Amino acid sequence: MNSVIPAPIAGLPWRIMLILTAMSIFGASVLYSAAGGNFDPWAGKHLMRFFVFLAMALILSRLPMDFWKAITFPVYGAVLILLITVEVTGFVSGGSQRWINIGFMNLQPSELMKPAIILAVAWFFDRLPPSKISTMDALWPPVLLLSLPAGLVLIQPDLGTSLAIIFGAVVVAFLAGLPMRWFVGAGAAMVALIPLAYFFGLEEYQQRRVLTFLDPEADPLGAGYHVNQSAIAIGSGGFFGKGFLKGTQSHLDYLPEGHTDFVFATMAEEWGMIGGLALLFGFFLIFKWGLNVAVNSQTRYGQLVAAGMTCTIFFYAAINLMMVMGMAPVVGIPLPFMSHGGSSMLTVMICVGIIMSIERHPGTRLGQFG
Amino acid sequence: MKDPKPVSSAQQRFTFTRRNFFVGGVQAAFGLLLSGRMAYIAVAENDKYTLKAENNRVSLTLIPPRRGWFIDRYGKPIATNRADFRVDLIPDRIVDQSGTVATLRKLLNLSDDDVERINRELKQARGFQPVQVADGLDYDSYARVSVRLPELPGVSPRQGFSRFYPSGPAVGHLLGYVGVVSAEEYQESKNPLLITPGFKVGKDGLEKAFEQNLQGTAGAKRVEVTARGKIVRELATRPDTPGKPLRLTIDVDLHNYAARRLGRESGAVVVIDCLTGDILTMASMPSFDPNSFSDGIGVTEYKWLQQNRRIPLLNKALQGLYPPGSTLKPMVAIALLDLGIDPAETIFCNGGYTLGNRRFQCLGRHGTTNMADAIKVSCNTYFYTMGRRVGYDAIAPVARQLGLGQEYDLPFISQRYGTVPDSAWIKKKYSKNWSQADTLNATIGQGYVLTNPLQLALMSARIASGRMLTPAIVAAKRPVAAALPYAAEHLALVRDGMDRVVNAGGGTGVASRLPLDGITMAGKTGTAQVRGLGKGGGDAWKYRDHGLFVCFAPVNDPRYAAAVVIEHGVGGARAAAPVAKDVLTFLYDREKAMATLQTLESAWGGTPEERMARELSEYQISIGTTSQKTSDNDA
Repeated sequence: MNSVIPAPIAGLPWRIMLILTAMSIFGASVLYSAAGGNFDPWAGKHLMRFFVFLAMALILSRLPMDFWKAITFPVYGAVLILLITVEVTGFVSGGSQRWINIGFMNLQPSELMKPAIILAVAWFFDRLPPSKISTMDALWPPVLLLSLPAGLVLIQPDLGTSLAIIFGAVVVAFLAGLPMRWFVGAGAAMVALIPLAYFFGLEEYQQRRVLTFLDPEADPLGAGYHVNQSAIAIGSGGFFGKGFLKGTQSHLDYLPEGHTDFVFATMAEEWGMIGGLALLFGFFLIFKWGLNVAVNSQTRYGQLVAAGMTCTIFFYAAINLMMVMGMAPVVGIPLPFMSHGGSSMLTVMICVGIIMSIERHPGTRLGQFG
Repeated sequence: MKDPKPVSSAQQRFTFTRRNFFVGGVQAAFGLLLSGRMAYIAVAENDKYTLKAENNRVSLTLIPPRRGWFIDRYGKPIATNRADFRVDLIPDRIVDQSGTVATLRKLLNLSDDDVERINRELKQARGFQPVQVADGLDYDSYARVSVRLPELPGVSPRQGFSRFYPSGPAVGHLLGYVGVVSAEEYQESKNPLLITPGFKVGKDGLEKAFEQNLQGTAGAKRVEVTARGKIVRELATRPDTPGKPLRLTIDVDLHNYAARRLGRESGAVVVIDCLTGDILTMASMPSFDPNSFSDGIGVTEYKWLQQNRRIPLLNKALQGLYPPGSTLKPMVAIALLDLGIDPAETIFCNGGYTLGNRRFQCLGRHGTTNMADAIKVSCNTYFYTMGRRVGYDAIAPVARQLGLGQEYDLPFISQRYGTVPDSAWIKKKYSKNWSQADTLNATIGQGYVLTNPLQLALMSARIASGRMLTPAIVAAKRPVAAALPYAAEHLALVRDGMDRVVNAGGGTGVASRLPLDGITMAGKTGTAQVRGLGKGGGDAWKYRDHGLFVCFAPVNDPRYAAAVVIEHGVGGARAAAPVAKDVLTFLYDREKAMATLQTLESAWGGTPEERMARELSEYQISIGTTSQKTSDNDA
């Protein structure tokens, strides 16, 4: 193609960049409204971070597949050490602490573990000879890789992130081709274990959240407050919304966490169902892109990583939206590209950057000798 | 994926593609599920959530409607609303009850009585029902409480309106009073207006009967508030619609004058318009001050009213029943004429009448007496004789025709209608036969005959006008009443007899002739025995005879009819007729009447309000307000 645009610029993944940028600008506009029509304190930072992280993602996209393979275990090990450090610091200071202050920002190692676990599990399945896929050899290493970080995050306690880590690993294992009966069996076992987990595994505040989820109107001023106010915000928005800057639930502080976990409710109140559908369509395009990258990748590692990263972003979005709409208990999971928050955006953009890298380096088919 | 053979790389690619497609499908399914859920919340349940969002956003405070005024026949206010400041307590929000009440007591100079009432009402109140601390406050008191609000949770000072009765005790029985809605009343309707501070409903009298007309429609103050209760801005405020004023037939100046003129006596004055039946005055004294009832009356004041032997809580004009005594004689005369008795026929009065071995007393020795003379001098002997001749069963229908013993459709909750006895009545009530002695007693308005003062005034008005007037208290255009079924010359004859009572030499009421040029009053005195005949004077107050007087004026063209009853006033001529004279004088010459009243009041110790205040404080001293022990009164 004879183009006036220089090749390096023309080679950028413009389509996905545009989708991501559009969603983040939409997110920023919602945060702008949530702050009562101000860029401070959320919208401005949100956009700035997005563009910084987008640049980071484009840099990541230049890194070759071998680089990712090479750093997989060093990264996994480093994040694991950070998780232990957080745990020990928290134990010493006598409280639960999830982050380390590294000078310019507070780093949540558990967030970094989400992409790291996917890299690690994908790396393992890439190395596993296809003949062993139905054997125990295919099972215990990923379980080991998974249980350490998941356990550490769970005792922080951070159920949401812990589930996200488990979800990422399980999806990669599923795509890698572990026998279907194992998943069916594990699923059945989980259903059986839910009551036990509820009574012995959950903290009291978590139990209350589950009860509230089952009957949010039982205690509208107490535990059910978040969900009820969220439903009121979404419900009162109607099909066309109340209009930009005209939400009352968010502006009069009835909606708690309207700029973080419940940002969707803030959006839906002002933009209505139209805004909600537009947002879902945006996510649809992103996931379609991610899964297409996975299918088009010629390497097994690239396939598994791209699909796993996509599913991690999907997990964020799906759980958050279900929670906001009263279909899941309240767990602290933000909505990608919309919620205000550095760590989660960093994670999501790392995922995006790695998927871009895979798109850029589809590799060549190595056959069974890879 | 169970495969006996080793899996190849190509197969793994195939598995991946398939499972990747499956994952994409699951994601799409979630997308659809979330869209559906959102559509359900935002579209299907939109109305419900819109309402909830509005309920969050808008905080509504009801503004109690101003109560409709009572005005008199000339438009002069009888009950109005006064702008004032008030302080309430919201029981639910109080943190330290005794501390709060103690602080308020200091700030507002509350009396022991007030504190007692507040504590009692706090004990009875449901959590949501405000308890009034004080109303009718001046701005300084209001400001003193307002600045200390942060340390007084549960205290609510506000601006509002309270009911005001300019005439005070004079209209207590007529209008009743207003008060805070009781917990039971609120439970019935759950209308939030009822428990809005400052809102009161009629509790007695006309205030209660016309509650619906007077209440008006509440306004609402709408403000936008944040989740923390901070007011963001005021939204459109809907003002209250005051209740409609109610115009009464009362002439309030005359009514007040009559109430004051009753003075220290216990009694009632009723004045009726002879053209329409409108009740111009219905005074009953002593009374209570509806202003203090409407403010939430203190225990001591209520107890004082309850214990008073002159029964200030009883509306004597409607609920007081008295033997009418000789005031009935004009009515009996009409009956006699109607039954064919010749008015010229004379009876010799030797001071009494003998029936068997029983002597029925007359109050004098009147000698030869015809009908007109018998009315003038109130000769019992004449009426004993004639009554016995025709029998009381023939007189009773005329008594009823003239309004005695009848029920009237007046908007007062509690009325008593008295008795016009006859042989059927005594059979039913006491299972005995009517005796001649019963006839003699009934003929002179004693024995079983009982009437209330309104009925007496109505009887007088019907005799004066010759029409079947019905009493009315609410001003309205009404058709002219039908004529009475009695010959005009008979009525004229009786009216002439009544004229001579006041205006002819020897009449029982001559001392109460109107001090006016060209206007004369006709009347009839009555003295009703309370205990055995002839012991009317002296003795303890409660055994003295009642004094009664019925009258109308002017004689030649009757316009006003009145009845005055003075409980234990000893005699009609002595106690009741002078009151009637002054009240009727007031209608024609206010200055003259006021001058008389002022002279009297200076001897009595001031206006009714002044005397009540003094008596109440004397009572408080006598029982010792500081260490009073009061049981729970259902005030």
